[in-house]
Amino acid sequence: MIRARVLNAAEAHGPVLALDEPLSFWGAFEPRTGVILDVHHPQRGACVAGTVLLMRESKGSGSAPGAIAEAIRLGTAPAAIILAAPDINLAIGADVAATLYGRHCAILSVSEGELLELSRASALRISAAGEIRFETV
Amino acid sequence: MSLALEDRARALLDGHSGKAMQLAMRLVVKAADIMGAERLLPVSFAHLDACFYTGQAHVDFVRFLLENGASLAVPSWTNNGVVSLADPSLRPSAEDPEMVSGAAEVMRLYAKLGCVPTWTCAPYQHAGGPGFGDHIAVGESNAVSYYNSVVGARTNKYGDYLDVACALTGLAPDAGLHRDEGRKAQLHFDCSALPGSWRSEDVFAHLIGHHVGRIAGRRSPVISGLPKDTGRDALKAISSAVAASGGVELWHGVGVTPEAPQLSAVFTGTETHTVTPDDLARAHRELSTGSDGPLDAVALGTPHFSLSEFGELVRLLDGRRAATGLPFLVSTSRVVRQLAEAKGWVAALQKSGVEIPVDVCTYYSPRVRGLKGRVMTNAAKWAYYAPGMLGIEVAFGSLKECVESAVAGEVWRDPRLWTSR
Repeated sequence: MIRARVLNAAEAHGPVLALDEPLSFWGAFEPRTGVILDVHHPQRGACVAGTVLLMRESKGSGSAPGAIAEAIRLGTAPAAIILAAPDINLAIGADVAATLYGRHCAILSVSEGELLELSRASALRISAAGEIRFETV
Repeated sequence: MSLALEDRARALLDGHSGKAMQLAMRLVVKAADIMGAERLLPVSFAHLDACFYTGQAHVDFVRFLLENGASLAVPSWTNNGVVSLADPSLRPSAEDPEMVSGAAEVMRLYAKLGCVPTWTCAPYQHAGGPGFGDHIAVGESNAVSYYNSVVGARTNKYGDYLDVACALTGLAPDAGLHRDEGRKAQLHFDCSALPGSWRSEDVFAHLIGHHVGRIAGRRSPVISGLPKDTGRDALKAISSAVAASGGVELWHGVGVTPEAPQLSAVFTGTETHTVTPDDLARAHRELSTGSDGPLDAVALGTPHFSLSEFGELVRLLDGRRAATGLPFLVSTSRVVRQLAEAKGWVAALQKSGVEIPVDVCTYYSPRVRGLKGRVMTNAAKWAYYAPGMLGIEVAFGSLKECVESAVAGEVWRDPRLWTSR
Protein backbone atom coordinates (compact mmCIF):
# COMPACT_ATOMS: atom_id res chain seq x y z
CA MET A 1 0.00 0.00 0.00
CA ILE A 2 1.21 3.47 -0.84
CA ARG A 3 -0.19 6.56 0.86
CA ALA A 4 -0.46 9.48 -1.54
CA ARG A 5 -0.93 13.19 -1.03
CA VAL A 6 -4.60 13.88 -1.80
CA LEU A 7 -5.15 16.82 -4.15
CA ASN A 8 -8.77 15.92 -4.85
CA ALA A 9 -10.32 13.16 -2.80
CA ALA A 10 -12.37 10.35 -4.36
CA GLU A 11 -12.62 6.58 -4.24
CA ALA A 12 -11.52 5.05 -7.51
CA HIS A 13 -10.25 1.90 -9.16
CA GLY A 14 -9.26 0.97 -12.66
CA PRO A 15 -6.61 -0.39 -15.00
CA VAL A 16 -3.29 1.44 -15.00
CA LEU A 17 -2.36 3.65 -17.95
CA ALA A 18 1.19 4.92 -17.39
CA LEU A 19 2.14 7.78 -19.71
CA ASP A 20 5.71 8.11 -20.94
CA GLU A 21 5.36 11.88 -21.44
CA PRO A 22 3.37 14.64 -19.69
CA LEU A 23 -0.06 15.27 -21.19
CA SER A 24 -1.79 18.60 -21.65
CA PHE A 25 -5.50 18.12 -21.11
CA TRP A 26 -6.14 21.20 -23.21
CA GLY A 27 -5.33 20.82 -26.86
CA ALA A 28 -3.66 17.40 -26.65
CA PHE A 29 -6.75 15.57 -25.42
CA GLU A 30 -10.33 15.33 -26.73
CA PRO A 31 -12.88 15.56 -23.88
CA ARG A 32 -15.65 14.28 -26.14
CA THR A 33 -13.94 10.89 -26.52
CA GLY A 34 -11.22 10.69 -23.86
CA VAL A 35 -8.58 10.00 -26.52
CA ILE A 36 -5.06 11.49 -26.57
CA LEU A 37 -4.77 13.58 -29.76
CA ASP A 38 -1.32 15.15 -29.56
CA VAL A 39 0.66 13.91 -32.57
CA HIS A 40 3.86 14.35 -30.57
CA HIS A 41 2.68 12.17 -27.67
CA PRO A 42 3.99 8.58 -27.64
CA GLN A 43 0.60 7.30 -26.46
CA ARG A 44 -1.41 9.12 -29.08
CA GLY A 45 -4.70 7.30 -29.69
CA ALA A 46 -4.89 5.81 -26.17
CA CYS A 47 -8.18 6.33 -24.33
CA VAL A 48 -7.84 7.57 -20.74
CA ALA A 49 -11.50 7.01 -19.76
CA GLY A 50 -11.89 4.99 -16.55
CA THR A 51 -8.17 4.38 -16.13
CA VAL A 52 -5.88 5.17 -13.25
CA LEU A 53 -3.67 7.52 -15.21
CA LEU A 54 -0.05 7.84 -14.13
CA MET A 55 2.19 10.64 -15.33
CA ARG A 56 5.08 12.55 -13.82
CA GLU A 57 3.41 15.92 -14.36
CA SER A 58 0.72 17.52 -16.46
CA LYS A 59 1.67 20.01 -19.11
CA GLY A 60 0.59 23.41 -17.88
CA SER A 61 -2.28 25.20 -19.53
CA GLY A 62 -4.70 27.66 -17.98
CA SER A 63 -7.51 25.89 -19.81
CA ALA A 64 -6.71 22.45 -18.33
CA PRO A 65 -9.22 22.77 -15.43
CA GLY A 66 -12.08 23.33 -17.89
CA ALA A 67 -10.96 20.44 -20.07
CA ILE A 68 -10.71 17.94 -17.22
CA ALA A 69 -14.05 19.14 -15.78
CA GLU A 70 -15.65 18.68 -19.20
CA ALA A 71 -14.21 15.16 -19.48
CA ILE A 72 -15.50 14.27 -16.00
CA ARG A 73 -18.95 15.62 -16.98
CA LEU A 74 -18.96 13.49 -20.13
CA GLY A 75 -17.61 10.38 -18.40
CA THR A 76 -14.46 10.31 -20.53
CA ALA A 77 -12.04 11.27 -17.73
CA PRO A 78 -9.69 8.91 -15.92
CA ALA A 79 -11.05 7.46 -12.65
CA ALA A 80 -7.92 8.80 -11.01
CA ILE A 81 -4.77 10.70 -11.94
CA ILE A 82 -1.56 10.08 -10.00
CA LEU A 83 1.34 12.50 -10.49
CA ALA A 84 4.86 12.93 -9.17
CA ALA A 85 4.36 16.70 -8.86
CA PRO A 86 1.28 18.32 -7.25
CA ASP A 87 -0.91 19.95 -9.88
CA ILE A 88 -3.28 22.80 -9.13
CA ASN A 89 -5.12 22.82 -12.47
CA LEU A 90 -6.25 19.20 -12.34
CA ALA A 91 -7.19 19.46 -8.65
CA ILE A 92 -9.30 22.57 -9.29
CA GLY A 93 -11.02 21.10 -12.37
CA ALA A 94 -11.87 17.87 -10.54
CA ASP A 95 -13.24 19.74 -7.51
CA VAL A 96 -15.49 21.90 -9.72
CA ALA A 97 -16.79 18.85 -11.60
CA ALA A 98 -17.59 17.08 -8.30
CA THR A 99 -19.54 20.14 -7.15
CA LEU A 100 -21.44 20.65 -10.41
CA TYR A 101 -22.10 17.06 -11.45
CA GLY A 102 -21.48 14.82 -8.42
CA ARG A 103 -18.97 12.91 -10.56
CA HIS A 104 -15.51 12.25 -9.22
CA CYS A 105 -11.91 11.92 -10.30
CA ALA A 106 -9.23 11.36 -7.66
CA ILE A 107 -6.12 13.52 -8.08
CA LEU A 108 -3.10 12.33 -6.09
CA SER A 109 0.62 12.93 -5.92
CA VAL A 110 3.38 10.52 -4.85
CA SER A 111 7.17 10.43 -5.05
CA GLU A 112 8.99 9.59 -8.31
CA GLY A 113 9.99 6.20 -6.87
CA GLU A 114 6.44 5.40 -5.81
CA LEU A 115 5.12 6.40 -9.24
CA LEU A 116 7.55 3.95 -10.85
CA GLU A 117 6.40 1.21 -8.48
CA LEU A 118 2.74 1.96 -9.24
CA SER A 119 3.39 1.87 -12.99
CA ARG A 120 4.21 -1.85 -12.69
CA ALA A 121 0.70 -2.64 -11.45
CA SER A 122 -1.99 -3.70 -13.87
CA ALA A 123 -4.75 -2.10 -11.81
CA LEU A 124 -5.03 0.10 -8.72
CA ARG A 125 -7.66 0.81 -6.06
CA ILE A 126 -7.69 4.19 -4.31
CA SER A 127 -9.43 5.22 -1.10
CA ALA A 128 -10.76 8.70 -0.33
CA ALA A 129 -7.90 9.06 2.16
CA GLY A 130 -5.34 8.49 -0.60
CA GLU A 131 -4.37 4.88 0.13
CA ILE A 132 -3.37 3.14 -3.10
CA ARG A 133 -3.59 -0.67 -3.30
CA PHE A 134 -2.50 -3.01 -6.06
CA GLU A 135 -5.16 -5.04 -7.81
CA THR A 136 -5.19 -7.57 -10.58
CA VAL A 137 -7.51 -6.98 -13.51
CA MET B 1 -1.26 22.16 6.26
CA SER B 2 -0.65 25.27 8.30
CA LEU B 3 -2.72 27.71 6.27
CA ALA B 4 -3.96 30.57 8.44
CA LEU B 5 -7.46 31.82 7.59
CA GLU B 6 -9.08 35.08 8.68
CA ASP B 7 -12.61 34.98 10.08
CA ARG B 8 -14.20 36.14 6.83
CA ALA B 9 -12.44 33.45 4.84
CA ARG B 10 -13.41 30.85 7.44
CA ALA B 11 -17.07 31.96 7.23
CA LEU B 12 -17.06 31.69 3.43
CA LEU B 13 -15.54 28.23 3.68
CA ASP B 14 -18.22 27.21 6.15
CA GLY B 15 -20.92 28.23 3.69
CA HIS B 16 -22.27 31.30 5.51
CA SER B 17 -22.47 33.22 2.21
CA GLY B 18 -23.93 30.41 0.15
CA LYS B 19 -22.72 27.51 -1.94
CA ALA B 20 -21.07 29.57 -4.68
CA MET B 21 -18.84 31.53 -2.31
CA GLN B 22 -18.10 28.33 -0.41
CA LEU B 23 -16.87 26.67 -3.60
CA ALA B 24 -14.77 29.73 -4.46
CA MET B 25 -13.16 29.77 -1.03
CA ARG B 26 -12.53 26.03 -1.15
CA LEU B 27 -10.74 26.37 -4.51
CA VAL B 28 -8.49 29.18 -3.21
CA VAL B 29 -7.65 27.16 -0.08
CA LYS B 30 -6.97 24.07 -2.18
CA ALA B 31 -4.56 26.04 -4.40
CA ALA B 32 -2.90 27.57 -1.33
CA ASP B 33 -2.40 24.10 0.17
CA ILE B 34 -0.83 22.76 -3.02
CA MET B 35 1.45 25.82 -3.34
CA GLY B 36 2.47 25.54 0.30
CA ALA B 37 1.22 29.04 1.17
CA GLU B 38 1.02 29.91 4.86
CA ARG B 39 -1.64 32.55 4.38
CA LEU B 40 -3.89 34.20 1.83
CA LEU B 41 -3.44 37.80 0.73
CA PRO B 42 -5.97 40.32 -0.59
CA VAL B 43 -6.05 41.02 -4.32
CA SER B 44 -7.42 44.29 -5.77
CA PHE B 45 -8.11 43.32 -9.39
CA ALA B 46 -8.79 40.29 -11.56
CA HIS B 47 -8.69 39.50 -15.27
CA LEU B 48 -10.73 36.38 -15.99
CA ASP B 49 -9.96 33.76 -18.59
CA ALA B 50 -12.85 31.45 -17.63
CA CYS B 51 -15.14 33.43 -19.98
CA PHE B 52 -13.26 31.80 -22.88
CA TYR B 53 -15.49 28.80 -23.64
CA THR B 54 -13.88 25.38 -23.76
CA GLY B 55 -16.95 23.24 -23.12
CA GLN B 56 -20.32 23.00 -21.39
CA ALA B 57 -18.63 22.80 -17.96
CA HIS B 58 -17.67 26.46 -18.36
CA VAL B 59 -21.31 27.44 -18.82
CA ASP B 60 -22.47 25.24 -15.93
CA PHE B 61 -19.81 26.71 -13.61
CA VAL B 62 -20.81 30.35 -14.04
CA ARG B 63 -24.51 29.44 -13.97
CA PHE B 64 -23.93 27.64 -10.65
CA LEU B 65 -22.27 30.79 -9.32
CA LEU B 66 -25.17 33.01 -10.39
CA GLU B 67 -27.80 30.65 -8.99
CA ASN B 68 -26.05 30.34 -5.64
CA GLY B 69 -25.46 33.94 -4.64
CA ALA B 70 -21.96 34.65 -5.94
CA SER B 71 -20.71 38.22 -5.84
CA LEU B 72 -17.37 39.62 -7.01
CA ALA B 73 -15.09 41.14 -4.37
CA VAL B 74 -12.88 43.10 -6.79
CA PRO B 75 -13.11 44.76 -10.23
CA SER B 76 -12.94 41.85 -12.67
CA TRP B 77 -12.21 42.40 -16.35
CA THR B 78 -12.84 39.77 -19.01
CA ASN B 79 -10.51 38.13 -21.50
CA ASN B 80 -11.69 37.86 -25.09
CA GLY B 81 -14.26 35.24 -25.92
CA VAL B 82 -14.61 32.60 -28.59
CA VAL B 83 -17.30 34.65 -30.35
CA SER B 84 -17.90 38.40 -30.67
CA LEU B 85 -20.90 39.76 -28.77
CA ALA B 86 -20.38 43.15 -30.41
CA ASP B 87 -20.49 41.84 -33.96
CA PRO B 88 -22.78 38.83 -34.43
CA SER B 89 -21.93 38.76 -38.14
CA LEU B 90 -18.60 37.26 -37.12
CA ARG B 91 -20.43 34.21 -35.81
CA PRO B 92 -19.86 31.08 -37.79
CA SER B 93 -22.69 29.38 -39.59
CA ALA B 94 -23.51 25.85 -38.56
CA GLU B 95 -19.92 24.78 -37.99
CA ASP B 96 -20.51 23.88 -34.36
CA PRO B 97 -23.86 25.21 -33.03
CA GLU B 98 -23.21 23.90 -29.50
CA MET B 99 -19.89 25.72 -29.34
CA VAL B 100 -21.26 28.97 -30.75
CA SER B 101 -24.26 29.20 -28.43
CA GLY B 102 -22.22 28.03 -25.43
CA ALA B 103 -19.49 30.56 -26.12
CA ALA B 104 -21.95 33.48 -26.31
CA GLU B 105 -23.83 32.22 -23.25
CA VAL B 106 -20.72 31.99 -21.07
CA MET B 107 -19.77 35.58 -22.02
CA ARG B 108 -23.27 36.90 -21.23
CA LEU B 109 -23.25 35.10 -17.87
CA TYR B 110 -19.91 36.61 -16.79
CA ALA B 111 -21.22 40.06 -17.72
CA LYS B 112 -24.31 39.29 -15.59
CA LEU B 113 -22.06 38.27 -12.69
CA GLY B 114 -20.82 41.87 -12.70
CA CYS B 115 -17.58 41.63 -14.66
CA VAL B 116 -16.37 44.66 -16.60
CA PRO B 117 -16.91 43.39 -20.17
CA THR B 118 -13.56 44.38 -21.64
CA TRP B 119 -13.26 41.20 -23.77
CA THR B 120 -9.58 41.67 -24.34
CA CYS B 121 -6.38 39.68 -23.92
CA ALA B 122 -4.48 42.99 -23.54
CA PRO B 123 -6.34 44.60 -20.59
CA TYR B 124 -3.19 46.57 -19.72
CA GLN B 125 -3.93 48.78 -22.75
CA HIS B 126 -7.10 50.05 -21.05
CA ALA B 127 -7.13 52.87 -18.47
CA GLY B 128 -7.97 52.15 -14.84
CA GLY B 129 -6.12 48.88 -14.32
CA PRO B 130 -3.73 47.85 -11.55
CA GLY B 131 -0.42 49.56 -10.76
CA PHE B 132 3.05 48.81 -9.41
CA GLY B 133 3.07 46.49 -6.40
CA ASP B 134 -0.66 45.66 -6.55
CA HIS B 135 -1.57 42.04 -5.89
CA ILE B 136 -3.92 40.81 -8.63
CA ALA B 137 -5.30 37.55 -10.08
CA VAL B 138 -4.84 37.00 -13.82
CA GLY B 139 -5.24 33.96 -16.07
CA GLU B 140 -4.31 34.89 -19.65
CA SER B 141 -0.63 34.07 -20.18
CA ASN B 142 0.46 37.25 -21.99
CA ALA B 143 -1.40 39.44 -19.49
CA VAL B 144 0.23 37.59 -16.56
CA SER B 145 3.60 38.24 -18.18
CA TYR B 146 2.93 41.93 -18.95
CA TYR B 147 1.35 42.81 -15.58
CA ASN B 148 4.16 41.15 -13.63
CA SER B 149 7.01 42.39 -15.79
CA VAL B 150 6.06 45.76 -17.25
CA VAL B 151 3.53 47.06 -14.71
CA GLY B 152 5.17 45.48 -11.65
CA ALA B 153 1.84 44.17 -10.33
CA ARG B 154 2.00 40.69 -8.79
CA THR B 155 0.15 37.59 -9.94
CA ASN B 156 0.69 33.92 -10.56
CA LYS B 157 -0.88 32.37 -13.64
CA TYR B 158 -4.30 31.41 -12.32
CA GLY B 159 -5.99 28.83 -14.50
CA ASP B 160 -9.69 28.52 -15.20
CA TYR B 161 -12.05 28.62 -12.19
CA LEU B 162 -9.24 29.59 -9.80
CA ASP B 163 -9.10 33.03 -11.43
CA VAL B 164 -12.83 33.43 -10.76
CA ALA B 165 -12.47 32.04 -7.23
CA CYS B 166 -9.83 34.70 -6.44
CA ALA B 167 -12.08 37.42 -7.91
CA LEU B 168 -15.07 36.28 -5.82
CA THR B 169 -13.20 35.98 -2.54
CA GLY B 170 -10.75 38.83 -3.18
CA LEU B 171 -7.99 36.49 -1.97
CA ALA B 172 -5.04 34.59 -3.44
CA PRO B 173 -2.38 32.27 -2.00
CA ASP B 174 0.61 34.19 -0.64
CA ALA B 175 3.08 32.25 -2.78
CA GLY B 176 5.13 32.32 -5.97
CA LEU B 177 5.25 35.66 -7.77
CA HIS B 178 3.29 37.42 -5.01
CA ARG B 179 6.39 37.17 -2.81
CA ASP B 180 9.64 39.17 -3.11
CA GLU B 181 11.81 36.07 -3.20
CA GLY B 182 9.73 34.64 -6.06
CA ARG B 183 10.48 37.58 -8.34
CA LYS B 184 14.22 37.15 -8.90
CA ALA B 185 15.57 36.12 -12.31
CA GLN B 186 17.08 32.67 -12.68
CA LEU B 187 18.93 33.31 -15.93
CA HIS B 188 20.26 36.26 -17.89
CA PHE B 189 20.23 37.11 -21.61
CA ASP B 190 22.71 39.73 -22.78
CA CYS B 191 21.79 41.50 -26.07
CA SER B 192 24.35 44.25 -25.82
CA ALA B 193 26.61 42.77 -28.51
CA LEU B 194 23.89 43.11 -31.16
CA PRO B 195 23.94 46.20 -33.40
CA GLY B 196 21.89 49.03 -31.86
CA SER B 197 19.97 49.54 -35.10
CA TRP B 198 18.63 45.96 -34.89
CA ARG B 199 17.44 46.37 -31.36
CA SER B 200 15.20 49.32 -32.21
CA GLU B 201 13.25 47.48 -34.97
CA ASP B 202 9.74 46.31 -34.02
CA VAL B 203 10.49 42.76 -35.22
CA PHE B 204 13.36 42.51 -32.72
CA ALA B 205 11.05 42.45 -29.68
CA HIS B 206 9.17 39.43 -31.07
CA LEU B 207 12.34 37.56 -32.00
CA ILE B 208 14.16 38.16 -28.72
CA GLY B 209 11.01 37.19 -26.80
CA HIS B 210 10.66 33.95 -28.74
CA HIS B 211 14.34 33.11 -28.27
CA VAL B 212 14.37 33.89 -24.53
CA GLY B 213 11.16 31.95 -23.82
CA ARG B 214 12.41 28.86 -25.61
CA ILE B 215 15.48 28.67 -23.36
CA ALA B 216 13.89 29.95 -20.13
CA GLY B 217 10.95 27.52 -20.17
CA ARG B 218 9.03 28.29 -16.98
CA ARG B 219 11.90 30.16 -15.30
CA SER B 220 12.04 33.96 -14.96
CA PRO B 221 14.66 35.55 -17.25
CA VAL B 222 16.29 38.99 -17.19
CA ILE B 223 17.31 40.64 -20.48
CA SER B 224 20.04 43.29 -20.63
CA GLY B 225 20.89 45.46 -23.60
CA LEU B 226 17.32 46.44 -24.54
CA PRO B 227 17.07 50.05 -25.79
CA LYS B 228 16.31 52.47 -22.92
CA ASP B 229 13.34 53.83 -24.89
CA THR B 230 11.75 50.40 -25.48
CA GLY B 231 8.06 51.29 -25.80
CA ARG B 232 4.89 49.63 -24.58
CA ASP B 233 4.20 47.84 -27.85
CA ALA B 234 7.65 46.24 -27.82
CA LEU B 235 7.23 45.32 -24.15
CA LYS B 236 3.90 43.69 -25.04
CA ALA B 237 5.58 41.77 -27.85
CA ILE B 238 8.31 40.44 -25.56
CA SER B 239 5.77 39.59 -22.81
CA SER B 240 3.55 37.56 -25.10
CA ALA B 241 6.40 35.86 -26.99
CA VAL B 242 8.21 34.62 -23.84
CA ALA B 243 4.91 33.28 -22.50
CA ALA B 244 4.15 31.45 -25.76
CA SER B 245 7.49 29.84 -26.60
CA GLY B 246 8.20 29.19 -22.90
CA GLY B 247 5.90 29.41 -19.92
CA VAL B 248 7.37 32.64 -18.63
CA GLU B 249 5.17 34.53 -16.15
CA LEU B 250 7.71 37.21 -15.20
CA TRP B 251 10.69 38.67 -17.05
CA HIS B 252 12.84 41.69 -16.36
CA GLY B 253 14.50 44.16 -18.75
CA VAL B 254 17.47 45.98 -17.25
CA GLY B 255 16.77 49.73 -17.25
CA VAL B 256 13.44 49.07 -18.93
CA THR B 257 11.09 47.26 -16.51
CA PRO B 258 10.41 48.67 -13.02
CA GLU B 259 12.01 46.02 -10.82
CA ALA B 260 15.33 45.91 -12.69
CA PRO B 261 17.04 49.33 -12.62
CA GLN B 262 20.31 47.36 -12.68
CA LEU B 263 21.05 43.73 -13.40
CA SER B 264 22.13 43.13 -9.80
CA ALA B 265 18.66 44.12 -8.52
CA VAL B 266 17.15 40.89 -9.86
CA PHE B 267 20.02 38.55 -10.76
CA THR B 268 22.81 37.05 -8.71
CA GLY B 269 23.10 33.77 -10.61
CA THR B 270 25.65 32.51 -13.10
CA GLU B 271 23.61 31.35 -16.12
CA THR B 272 24.20 34.04 -18.75
CA HIS B 273 23.38 33.61 -22.44
CA THR B 274 24.93 36.02 -24.93
CA VAL B 275 22.41 36.66 -27.71
CA THR B 276 23.95 36.39 -31.17
CA PRO B 277 22.71 37.26 -34.67
CA ASP B 278 22.39 33.49 -35.27
CA ASP B 279 19.96 33.20 -32.36
CA LEU B 280 17.68 35.81 -33.93
CA ALA B 281 17.97 34.22 -37.37
CA ARG B 282 16.94 30.88 -35.85
CA ALA B 283 13.99 32.50 -34.05
CA HIS B 284 12.90 33.98 -37.37
CA ARG B 285 13.16 30.60 -39.10
CA GLU B 286 11.15 28.92 -36.34
CA LEU B 287 8.38 31.49 -36.60
CA SER B 288 8.13 31.33 -40.41
CA THR B 289 6.89 27.83 -41.08
CA GLY B 290 6.30 28.30 -44.79
CA SER B 291 8.22 29.63 -47.75
CA ASP B 292 7.64 33.15 -49.02
CA GLY B 293 5.21 33.55 -51.91
CA PRO B 294 1.61 34.56 -52.71
CA LEU B 295 -0.38 35.47 -49.58
CA ASP B 296 -3.80 34.19 -48.52
CA ALA B 297 -4.29 36.54 -45.55
CA VAL B 298 -2.67 38.94 -43.10
CA ALA B 299 -3.51 38.61 -39.39
CA LEU B 300 -2.41 41.23 -36.86
CA GLY B 301 -3.41 41.96 -33.27
CA THR B 302 -1.99 39.18 -31.08
CA PRO B 303 -2.25 40.29 -28.35
CA HIS B 304 -4.95 42.84 -29.23
CA PHE B 305 -3.70 45.84 -31.23
CA SER B 306 -2.98 49.04 -29.30
CA LEU B 307 -3.94 52.57 -30.29
CA SER B 308 -0.32 53.38 -31.17
CA GLU B 309 -0.10 50.27 -33.35
CA PHE B 310 -3.21 51.43 -35.23
CA GLY B 311 -1.53 54.81 -35.76
CA GLU B 312 1.56 53.11 -37.14
CA LEU B 313 -0.52 50.86 -39.40
CA VAL B 314 -2.37 53.85 -40.87
CA ARG B 315 0.95 55.62 -41.45
CA LEU B 316 2.48 52.60 -43.20
CA LEU B 317 -0.58 51.93 -45.39
CA ASP B 318 -0.76 55.61 -46.33
CA GLY B 319 -4.15 55.22 -47.99
CA ARG B 320 -3.19 52.23 -50.14
CA ARG B 321 -5.49 49.21 -50.45
CA ALA B 322 -4.72 45.62 -49.58
CA ALA B 323 -4.60 43.35 -52.65
CA THR B 324 -8.08 42.55 -53.96
CA GLY B 325 -9.76 39.74 -52.07
CA LEU B 326 -6.97 39.43 -49.50
CA PRO B 327 -8.36 39.15 -45.93
CA PHE B 328 -6.49 41.64 -43.72
CA LEU B 329 -7.57 41.19 -40.09
CA VAL B 330 -6.57 43.28 -37.08
CA SER B 331 -7.97 42.07 -33.74
CA THR B 332 -8.50 44.49 -30.89
CA SER B 333 -10.86 45.42 -28.05
CA ARG B 334 -14.00 47.55 -28.25
CA VAL B 335 -12.37 50.28 -26.19
CA VAL B 336 -9.26 50.55 -28.37
CA ARG B 337 -11.32 50.36 -31.56
CA GLN B 338 -13.44 53.24 -30.30
CA LEU B 339 -10.34 55.34 -29.60
CA ALA B 340 -9.03 54.54 -33.09
CA GLU B 341 -12.42 55.42 -34.53
CA ALA B 342 -12.32 58.86 -32.87
CA LYS B 343 -9.04 59.54 -34.66
CA GLY B 344 -10.55 58.60 -38.02
CA TRP B 345 -8.26 55.57 -38.30
CA VAL B 346 -10.94 52.88 -38.44
CA ALA B 347 -12.57 54.54 -41.47
CA ALA B 348 -9.18 54.95 -43.14
CA LEU B 349 -8.30 51.30 -42.53
CA GLN B 350 -11.66 50.05 -43.76
CA LYS B 351 -11.05 51.98 -46.99
CA SER B 352 -7.79 50.08 -47.25
CA GLY B 353 -9.65 46.79 -46.95
CA VAL B 354 -8.77 46.10 -43.29
CA GLU B 355 -11.29 44.28 -41.05
CA ILE B 356 -11.17 45.03 -37.31
CA PRO B 357 -12.97 42.33 -35.28
CA VAL B 358 -13.44 42.99 -31.56
CA ASP B 359 -14.13 40.77 -28.51
CA VAL B 360 -12.52 37.71 -30.02
CA CYS B 361 -9.39 35.68 -29.75
CA THR B 362 -7.27 35.75 -32.82
CA TYR B 363 -7.24 31.97 -33.19
CA TYR B 364 -10.81 31.09 -32.46
CA SER B 365 -12.80 33.78 -34.15
CA PRO B 366 -14.65 32.10 -36.99
CA ARG B 367 -13.26 34.66 -39.40
CA VAL B 368 -9.78 33.47 -38.49
CA ARG B 369 -10.73 29.82 -38.44
CA GLY B 370 -11.76 30.14 -42.06
CA LEU B 371 -8.26 31.21 -43.12
CA LYS B 372 -6.23 28.86 -45.28
CA GLY B 373 -2.88 28.70 -46.98
CA ARG B 374 -0.08 31.19 -46.29
CA VAL B 375 -0.86 33.82 -43.66
CA MET B 376 1.43 36.67 -42.68
CA THR B 377 1.68 38.10 -39.17
CA ASN B 378 3.97 40.35 -37.17
CA ALA B 379 3.14 38.59 -33.88
CA ALA B 380 5.45 35.91 -32.50
CA LYS B 381 2.63 34.47 -30.38
CA TRP B 382 0.35 34.08 -33.39
CA ALA B 383 3.16 32.59 -35.45
CA TYR B 384 3.93 30.13 -32.66
CA TYR B 385 0.40 28.73 -32.26
CA ALA B 386 -1.31 29.21 -35.61
CA PRO B 387 0.31 26.38 -37.62
CA GLY B 388 -0.90 23.79 -35.09
CA MET B 389 -4.25 25.37 -34.23
CA LEU B 390 -5.32 26.53 -37.67
CA GLY B 391 -3.34 24.26 -39.97
CA ILE B 392 -1.87 27.11 -42.00
CA GLU B 393 1.59 28.23 -43.08
CA VAL B 394 2.96 31.32 -41.39
CA ALA B 395 5.15 34.00 -42.90
CA PHE B 396 6.47 36.03 -39.98
CA GLY B 397 7.67 39.60 -40.54
CA SER B 398 7.84 43.16 -39.30
CA LEU B 399 4.74 45.37 -39.36
CA LYS B 400 6.10 47.15 -42.44
CA GLU B 401 6.69 43.81 -44.17
CA CYS B 402 3.10 42.77 -43.35
CA VAL B 403 1.73 46.00 -44.81
CA GLU B 404 3.80 45.93 -47.99
CA SER B 405 2.98 42.24 -48.46
CA ALA B 406 -0.74 42.93 -48.01
CA VAL B 407 -0.62 45.60 -50.71
CA ALA B 408 1.42 43.41 -53.06
CA GLY B 409 -0.57 40.23 -52.35
CA GLU B 410 2.64 38.30 -51.78
CA VAL B 411 5.31 38.17 -49.12
CA TRP B 412 7.63 41.17 -49.37
CA ARG B 413 10.90 41.24 -47.45
CA ASP B 414 12.49 44.47 -46.26
CA PRO B 415 16.04 44.61 -47.69
CA ARG B 416 16.92 47.00 -44.86
CA LEU B 417 16.18 44.31 -42.22
CA TRP B 418 18.74 41.72 -41.18
CA THR B 419 16.01 39.08 -41.23
CA SER B 420 15.77 39.04 -45.04
CA ARG B 421 16.81 35.82 -46.64
